[in-house]
Amino acid sequence: MSVFAKPAVGWTISKYIVLALYLAFALFPLYWLLKISVTPEKLIYSDGVALWPSEVTLDNFKSVLLYTDFLIYFKNSIFVSFGTAALTTVLAAAAGYAFSRFQFRGKKIIIGIMLITQMFPLLIIIAPIYRIISGMGLLNTLTSLIVVYTAFNVPFATFLMQSFFDGIPKDLEEAAMIDGCTRLQAVRKVVFPLTLPGLAATLGFVFTAAWSELLFAIMLINSNDKMTFPVGLLTFVSKFSVDWGQMMAAGVFALVPSCLFFIFIQRYLVQGLTSGAVKG
Amino acid sequence: MSNIELREISKSYGDVEVMNDINLEIQDGEFIVLVGPSGCGKSTLLRMIAGLEPITAGDLLFDDELVNELAPRDRDIAMVFQSYALYPHMDVARNMGFSLEIRGEKAQIIDQRTQKSADTLGLKGLLDRLPKALSGGQRQRVAMGRAIARDPKAFLFDEPLSNLDAALRVEMRLEIAKLHQRLGATMIYVTHDQVEALTLADRIVVLNEGKIQQIGRPLELYQSPANLFVANFIGSPTMNIFDVKQVGAELQLVNGALIGMSGGGAAVSFGIRPEHIAIVAQDKGHVVGTAEVVERLGSDSNIYTQVEGLGQVLIRHHGNTELNIGDKFGLEFNVSAAHLFDSDGIRLTLDK
Repeated sequence: MSVFAKPAVGWTISKYIVLALYLAFALFPLYWLLKISVTPEKLIYSDGVALWPSEVTLDNFKSVLLYTDFLIYFKNSIFVSFGTAALTTVLAAAAGYAFSRFQFRGKKIIIGIMLITQMFPLLIIIAPIYRIISGMGLLNTLTSLIVVYTAFNVPFATFLMQSFFDGIPKDLEEAAMIDGCTRLQAVRKVVFPLTLPGLAATLGFVFTAAWSELLFAIMLINSNDKMTFPVGLLTFVSKFSVDWGQMMAAGVFALVPSCLFFIFIQRYLVQGLTSGAVKG
Repeated sequence: MSNIELREISKSYGDVEVMNDINLEIQDGEFIVLVGPSGCGKSTLLRMIAGLEPITAGDLLFDDELVNELAPRDRDIAMVFQSYALYPHMDVARNMGFSLEIRGEKAQIIDQRTQKSADTLGLKGLLDRLPKALSGGQRQRVAMGRAIARDPKAFLFDEPLSNLDAALRVEMRLEIAKLHQRLGATMIYVTHDQVEALTLADRIVVLNEGKIQQIGRPLELYQSPANLFVANFIGSPTMNIFDVKQVGAELQLVNGALIGMSGGGAAVSFGIRPEHIAIVAQDKGHVVGTAEVVERLGSDSNIYTQVEGLGQVLIRHHGNTELNIGDKFGLEFNVSAAHLFDSDGIRLTLDK
């Protein structure tokens, strides 16, 4: 058989089967989240493991919105995640540009140190972080979360941005500078428009990381009106019972911003991830 | 328009000196080609003139004014890059007008100048296309259009044709020659292709290992190369070089053949271009050889000949040849066109 012949039907089908298995595995928890969120409370245990409840209700969503502090958590999370994403992307873009374009003393050491910060399990540095934040008087503020998240996301985001800048030929900036731009103008008018996919990818990555962070949010925040949404979810666990329906309904709400955000940036994301990786 | 002067320019990266003692005076309107093998420093030199690379020592003057520390944008020069460096997110018109736009020119003037250079280069119908929708040759034209639209003091070209296929390269070479005649602007052109150098240049600067080997008009370099490097580099096919030693009043090749020249005691190498060797009967000529490979190019023939005790000798025969592989014949060197070099590789001037 020629190597250029059309692949056999069986081969194509098996590829789809593998993909379908993977998708089922990855998406099933999300499906279960959705299923529980529309299941009336009285049926949660009695309905068994049926794939779809015998009765569907939106009561859980209603009570989450009306009778819990969910909207506050949600607002806090939006604030922290966008703040972190914006701040990190700006810092990472600046640092990534420098790493990509300039040779300076200590560059390798700085890159090495940035890598080291990524090696430690977060658990072992919680205590010192707590001391530092408390010393700064930032305990129980949303600012503290933005500061900590930014600090932990900047190194990776910097490497990401650096690879995007590496993918933009140096010639373009030099041409712009010969054409009459200062370096800053060249960056703004030529490099920046070409880095948009990279910026979007970085923004999306950091946003998601901040959106779902739980550990620091529990440690550094203790009043109800400052809680972010992952911490807020825990309030559905009371001493004697867990309100599964409401918890899942809140979870569904929490998916919405992430989904919207990714729908918005996914065009750039795919383009960005590939164009950053391969030159040209 | 302007004249450009380089005085004792040198360049080092840390302790490594990559270029030293470059002296060159470029007249207003002159077409200078910097040529040399890769890594000889020709692009670095061009980038120093453009202001993209700092000058370690020496003076660079535009119209007698020191510009060493001037930013690229203040030097009023245009550059065409090997990669063209077109801005991918701007259409052709904006690419060409970008420098005027940055300098705050009025939209009407930008438009006028863009149109005019698009006319000159035959880019009329392409003005609203993005670079990715253009062919290689069209991109090259846009890159040149971008330079023309500015009306700069000088044009710099960094191997502008090396990304094009052979036919297009010849066409664009002609285009650049015409452009130079029309604009009469100072142009500095970097290439590793000696054909481009010989055809385009008013004067050629041959560089090797960061040093100027020779500056001269194209034919000067061909006829009187200053040293072995230039002799080897300029001219295609390349010159045949043989070791010689002085025996009595005459020079002798390593296989014992006498060549009827005297080197005054200093000559150690004998150089003869392939076109200066004639094919004669076996008992005539300086040496005897056997044809190994015959390349018939129509207008010329290249005959790679094996000469015993000497190795391979290339002969360029004008027109077609009757010779076949394995044929034996005599080689007669036209000694009046030959060159002798001393042990430092410097060409000896002979009284012929």
